[in-house]
Amino acid sequence: MGRILRSVKLGMKSLMLHKLRSGLTVLGIVFGVAAVIAMLAIAEGSRREAQARFQMLGATNVIYRSVKPSDEAQLSTGGRPARILNYGLKYEDFDRILATVPNIKKILPIREIRKQIRHDEHALDGRIVGTTKDYAEFNHLEIERGRFLSQHDDDDYKTYAVLGSDTAKKLFPYEDPLGQAVKLGSDYYTVIGVTKERASTAGIGGSLAAQDYNKDVYIPLSSCRVRFGERIMNFRSGSMEAEETQLSQITIQLTSTDVVSQTVPIIKGAVEPFHPKVDIDMTVPYDLIMEAERTARQYAIILGTIASISLLVGGIGIMNIMLATVTERTREIGIRRALGAKRGDITQQFLIETVVLSGVGGLLGVAIGVIIPYAIAQFVAETKAQVTWNSIILAFGISVAVGIIFGLYPANRAANMDPIEALRHE
Amino acid sequence: MSDIFSRKGDGAADRVVVRMTDLRKTYFMGHGSGGGLFGKRGGGEVLTVHALRGVSLEFREGEYVAIMGQSGSGKSTMLNLLGCLDRPTSGEYILGGYDVAQLDDDELSEVRSRSIGFIFQSYNLIQQYTVTENIQLPLTYQGNGIISEEAQERTMELARLVGLHDRLDHRPNQLSGGQQQRVAIARSLINDPYIILADEATGNLDSATSYEIMSMLGKLNDAGKTIIMVTHEPDIAEYAKRIIRMKDGVIVEDGPSPRMLVELDEENHAEVVA
Repeated sequence: MGRILRSVKLGMKSLMLHKLRSGLTVLGIVFGVAAVIAMLAIAEGSRREAQARFQMLGATNVIYRSVKPSDEAQLSTGGRPARILNYGLKYEDFDRILATVPNIKKILPIREIRKQIRHDEHALDGRIVGTTKDYAEFNHLEIERGRFLSQHDDDDYKTYAVLGSDTAKKLFPYEDPLGQAVKLGSDYYTVIGVTKERASTAGIGGSLAAQDYNKDVYIPLSSCRVRFGERIMNFRSGSMEAEETQLSQITIQLTSTDVVSQTVPIIKGAVEPFHPKVDIDMTVPYDLIMEAERTARQYAIILGTIASISLLVGGIGIMNIMLATVTERTREIGIRRALGAKRGDITQQFLIETVVLSGVGGLLGVAIGVIIPYAIAQFVAETKAQVTWNSIILAFGISVAVGIIFGLYPANRAANMDPIEALRHE
Repeated sequence: MSDIFSRKGDGAADRVVVRMTDLRKTYFMGHGSGGGLFGKRGGGEVLTVHALRGVSLEFREGEYVAIMGQSGSGKSTMLNLLGCLDRPTSGEYILGGYDVAQLDDDELSEVRSRSIGFIFQSYNLIQQYTVTENIQLPLTYQGNGIISEEAQERTMELARLVGLHDRLDHRPNQLSGGQQQRVAIARSLINDPYIILADEATGNLDSATSYEIMSMLGKLNDAGKTIIMVTHEPDIAEYAKRIIRMKDGVIVEDGPSPRMLVELDEENHAEVVA
């Protein structure tokens, strides 16, 4: 060990003899290693981001949403567009899923209506969400004040409302909203709770609308059903359009991720035969997670490969320099051999020098490779890069391996020189 | 040590450190014999060079020998064989009791690092190393390569001996030619070798510095070191006590140097006067 350490020290000396040359050689490895780490960090970052986004939807969930069928689909079924457009999930679908599909832990029906929400002179265009007590849990909503809807509220057709944080601020700028009344449509509802502020989720795969939970009002689904009914009239610049929908979304929570793939076909079988018009759309976050995982892995492989090529180029640079060095130091090799160095000593000396070069390059590369992703995250884009220990170990390991592999040939060439010839070399 | 001085360093009574018996070295220089693209045309013609054609000699401990000869005389080959840089084609070479003619490459390296001290014409110091590191270089190739406390002390002692103890951290390019050659002398002594081989040690030095170096070698010899030098300069060869002349791969003359004859004459003269 002491001997290796000494060799490393003396190797450094030889390398410092040509600072610029050694520096430039190291640079090749520095960029290679930095590139590998940075690329892998970016790949890992985007993987985790996608993961987190889908995890938010719940890995054990299966989500059905009502979608308005295209005009073409409407024509093919009705001959001409119906005056009242009837589409989407039905209460029957909900009951059928509940009755026939196994492995269900919880199931959540949701009815969404865009309406004006009023309190005195304050008004707000928001979303009224008719749902049940589980909504808060499914969507990771937390309650700031009061409580969320309960089973009783639903059973008893209560006219209770829970406000999103923005809604509460807009309607009750200077008052405590709890116990006050808000007007939804033509009825008044008593505010029983306010949710905490929550970042909105991005729409995924086009099937889920981007949601801003802060502008919502939650009411019991039963109340929603009896008070708003299923028909919604929209008046738009002189024409009237009516839509009839029963449920906007059904979220099915399964017992575990293991049963997701086997239960999805059963759910499809229970729902889709009753919707020949394509007016519903299924999202399986678990599949999306897996898909994202696969994509991320390919992404990492591609980026890693490209970065590795730069490491390889760096290695070739090292070999090139070491070959030149060996030729240049022929006489030194001769001296060392004359003074008792064995072939193995010469091999070791040059190998150590190469590995020191690549190792120093590797360390610098690791430093830069760790900084780059954070710099990118800081200044350029909202991509979150995540440097992993694995990538650091991998990149540094490769750089040292490159040193050994590309150092062996020059080192052997040095060792196999005839000492007499080498001594005579000018 | 005083013992050695009393014997006038002629080695007559000391043990043999080098014995060469009918040593031959033949080089085969192939012309197109590699079987390459033009192999056929070359017809496998091989040029044979008989560099040494049977050399037998003995060096005793404490001898100071100069090997002379023109280029092509075989003195370089002789030096390479003596220095264990090369193996003879045939014959026997005993160095300090070991038959080195039969050793393999690694064993020869080991012998060089332990039993031989080299002094070269162009000093041959490692440029990136300090004086200390250069002096210790042969030790790094012995055993585990660790420089012991004892070796450190010996390095200091040798540096003092050659008068460079105040320049231990200097690099060769900060030293004059004479100083570099003194570092080389210290280096040749660090492993306490059987023989010190000096190859045209003063070839690159002016006459004043040459004199300085030669007197240093003389002192070492006085202290009992066996020195074998190769030179083509007669006045340098005269510093030695025994001169061997070579021509065409054989020894043509082997006898005491003129300096010794003069001294001998003076002694005889003194005896006669007495």
